[in-house]
Amino acid sequence: MNASRRNLAAFFALLAVGAVMPMLLGQARFPQWLEIVLGGLMSGVLYSLVALGLVLIFKASGVFNFAQGAMVLFAALSLVRLMEKMPFAVALAATLAIMVALAWLVERLVLRPLVNQEGIVLFMATLGVAYFLDGFGQIVWGNDVYTLDVGMPKEPKIILEKTFEGGILVNTEDLIAALIAALLVAALALFFQKTSTGRALRAVADDHQAAQSVGIPLNRIWVIVWSVAGLVALVAGVVWGSKLGVQFSLQQVALKALPVVILGGFTSIPGAIVGGLLIGLGEKLSEVYLGPSFGGGIENWFAYVLALVFLLFRPEGLFGEKHIDRV
Amino acid sequence: MNLRELEPGQVARKPGDVILSLDGISLAFGGVKALSDVSFDVREHEIRAIIGPNGAGKSSLLNVINGVYRPQQGRITFRGEARAAMEPHRAAAMGIARTFQSLALFKGMSVLDNILAGRNLMMKSNLFLQALRIGPALAEEVRHRRRVEDIIDFLEIQHVRKSVVGRLPYGLQKRVDLGRALAAEPRVLLLDEPMAGMNIEEKQDMSRFILDVNDEFGTTIVLIEHDMGVVMDLSDRVVVLDYGKKIADGTPDEVRASQAVIDAYLGVKH
Amino acid sequence: MIYRETGQFKTTYASDQQLFPILQDRIFVVAFLAFAFGAVPFIATDYLFRAILTPFLILSLAAIGLNILVGYCGQLSLGTGGFMAVGAYAAYNLAIRLPSLNLLVVFVLAGLCSTAVGALFGIPSLRIKGFYLAVTTLAAQFFLDWAFARVGWFTNYSSSGSVSAPPLLFFGHVIEGPVEKYLFVLSIVCVLALAAKNLTRGAIGRSWMAMRDMDVAAEVIGIRPLYAKLTAFAVSSFFVGIAGALWAFIYLGAWEPLAFDVNRSFELLFMVIIGGLGSIVGSFLGAAFIVILPLALNQFPTALGIPISTATISEIELMVFGALIVFFLIAEPRGLARLCAIGKEKLRLWPFPH
Repeated sequence: MNASRRNLAAFFALLAVGAVMPMLLGQARFPQWLEIVLGGLMSGVLYSLVALGLVLIFKASGVFNFAQGAMVLFAALSLVRLMEKMPFAVALAATLAIMVALAWLVERLVLRPLVNQEGIVLFMATLGVAYFLDGFGQIVWGNDVYTLDVGMPKEPKIILEKTFEGGILVNTEDLIAALIAALLVAALALFFQKTSTGRALRAVADDHQAAQSVGIPLNRIWVIVWSVAGLVALVAGVVWGSKLGVQFSLQQVALKALPVVILGGFTSIPGAIVGGLLIGLGEKLSEVYLGPSFGGGIENWFAYVLALVFLLFRPEGLFGEKHIDRV
Repeated sequence: MNLRELEPGQVARKPGDVILSLDGISLAFGGVKALSDVSFDVREHEIRAIIGPNGAGKSSLLNVINGVYRPQQGRITFRGEARAAMEPHRAAAMGIARTFQSLALFKGMSVLDNILAGRNLMMKSNLFLQALRIGPALAEEVRHRRRVEDIIDFLEIQHVRKSVVGRLPYGLQKRVDLGRALAAEPRVLLLDEPMAGMNIEEKQDMSRFILDVNDEFGTTIVLIEHDMGVVMDLSDRVVVLDYGKKIADGTPDEVRASQAVIDAYLGVKH
Repeated sequence: MIYRETGQFKTTYASDQQLFPILQDRIFVVAFLAFAFGAVPFIATDYLFRAILTPFLILSLAAIGLNILVGYCGQLSLGTGGFMAVGAYAAYNLAIRLPSLNLLVVFVLAGLCSTAVGALFGIPSLRIKGFYLAVTTLAAQFFLDWAFARVGWFTNYSSSGSVSAPPLLFFGHVIEGPVEKYLFVLSIVCVLALAAKNLTRGAIGRSWMAMRDMDVAAEVIGIRPLYAKLTAFAVSSFFVGIAGALWAFIYLGAWEPLAFDVNRSFELLFMVIIGGLGSIVGSFLGAAFIVILPLALNQFPTALGIPISTATISEIELMVFGALIVFFLIAEPRGLARLCAIGKEKLRLWPFPH
């Protein structure tokens, strides 16, 4: 146990040193560095949004939902296309209904027939769902790039002009996204802790059979969980889509949620947040300061390598549960 | 049929010198103490039983002996070498084999393959030769197959040798588990509740197998068992655990008469 | 009636352990190989070679490699495309920098390079398991993607980022034309498939499967997890690397890193799942399925007279893939290979129902 804590402390110490290295080496001054850090943290929040859906589903059904990214894209696509025909609020409600219907279908057609299979089989099933959703979304909604305008302010703001010369540039859109994410997390935390459904979800996450034996309806719980994950995907889709435009590459971005969940631990909501922030931060810093010496493009793999290194020190992630093999 | 050549003039059944000894073993998981200061020894060729109420730490003790768990304190001395903890593959290499309470069989493989896997330590040919499956690699496969067939005959499971283990009934799976342990030709065999879930006939069969292994090949046996009749009949000496502590150690009759043991099983007013 | 074992007694363990213990199987295999080597070159069209047979064979080899890792040893890997790329670029660099090397030597060395990289990225598997391992193999995939795109040395400083294979000089004869390429690939794949089958039947194969089924028990009987897992990664990468080199040199001719991206990894994983985890034959079946499916989907609407754009076809393909994965996992998690085995069982009893 102690060795693990020491490793963790060493890992974070190394990260912290790496983070401030550019300033120590004179490559950057504090205001610019702060801008980049803030930018990294904010994109980290966006990663956390996607990771949240992953953690929710894993917590409640033990399934690693590879289709989360596809769900984000599908939600964003549905919203954007529906918005062409109806006002924003109606389109939002309609998309939510679609995601709930999707959750119900997945539970009925995929999860229920595979209920006693091992995790790896369920994971591959979600892979299939991801592919299916991909093709289906494109056929139904089309495969162009769509702009999603939900009224987010696009101009950057300059803050703290008095403290630092020239002030610090922040992206207002990202700021609002961070706020939305915070609200979502708070709402989810309340849901899990205070409501009976939340309690039931936590019971199911612990032990399917035990939960069933006390009368918790497994199937309905799964539909609820996947619907909530769908809602989270929708929020993530709105935020990301507004920033990047709704297009296929949204899914690739969502793939980054995987290292986030690894860092944070698969079963931890705070882990998804912290993991996202770390990944976002690390990515931005490494791309700006390390990138040039490597020829650029580091952010394609930095998150994964960071997760890999982290796992070597702590295979269960930051807040994940340690796995004891009993024979 | 000889799984191992006996030394001339040696009667396998008489207990010899101490082959395994545990001194002051303490094991804890987080705050839960599984074992507290447990010490006892095992003589070669004997059948040593470990008994105790549920949760007493018996399986943990076996796990310590063959290295699945590292104790926080204490020493294990096996064949003259003392160390703070065993490692699984070293235990296997030094001649300790075991069966599992929950079977732990390789469910996707056939009976033959499961038992052949038990002989893995003795298979030496390298990857390249195995890929070509000629010469020494092929000869080795055939040679070990012969030995494994002897074990299969011994355990009377010839009729299911090519069946996938996962589909066999529980009693047969237990025999495959035993076969896999025997395949390693061990000096010490650790049996974790070998009779669990069996009816009277199956218990008689299993008892016969255990006695035969001990009689003919001199294998030292350490077994965990709940059925008192089996324990009293089979074992030379018994260790009793309760709440992770040793509360009795001696012949079956001594242990049966011990007040501490009676209290542990029947419960005592505190 | 025809498929019976009666009268076929095995008097030695060696004969019981042979690859095809049943006489009818042996006859079938010999006939099949004779057909593949002797008849197909004369009766198949160029299109059949180029579009179906050659890619099927090469992808089968890669699928065998992945199956060893995922199906036999239970280590989930999403980085297969990256290891194919290692084989391809290693072969390229060897061929243009050491042009005197025999083509077969080039491929074997390329496979060994892939082995080294595979073993390196396999080291985390000692501490990391399951999904966590899958995501770390993605680290390998994306890192290798980036490396072959950015590090100029690998592509011989090509300005466009793409490279083309030198002429395939084999013992003085240039391999060109679909028939020669097909025969070359068929020979290599037959030899390597046999090697794979032998490995999975032998001691190392048993230790892989033991690690997959119950790693704690495997350790207890003396199987070293380090050795088992690393050899799985190493052997798997060897096959995948050679497949990558073949894919680049023989099928593509000219390629860029995108040919081996994460989609290729998923494609191979689908082959292995649909074909059957833990089965060499399954790898072939899965590869055949994945190669033929898009072509069948292409022909289907035109055969019915419905005009559909290629974009829609690829989208339908995605949907069909996804649906089929789920279907197979529900109906027969052990894939096409299991279905074939069931068919064989029925054939043994035919004409009786049971």
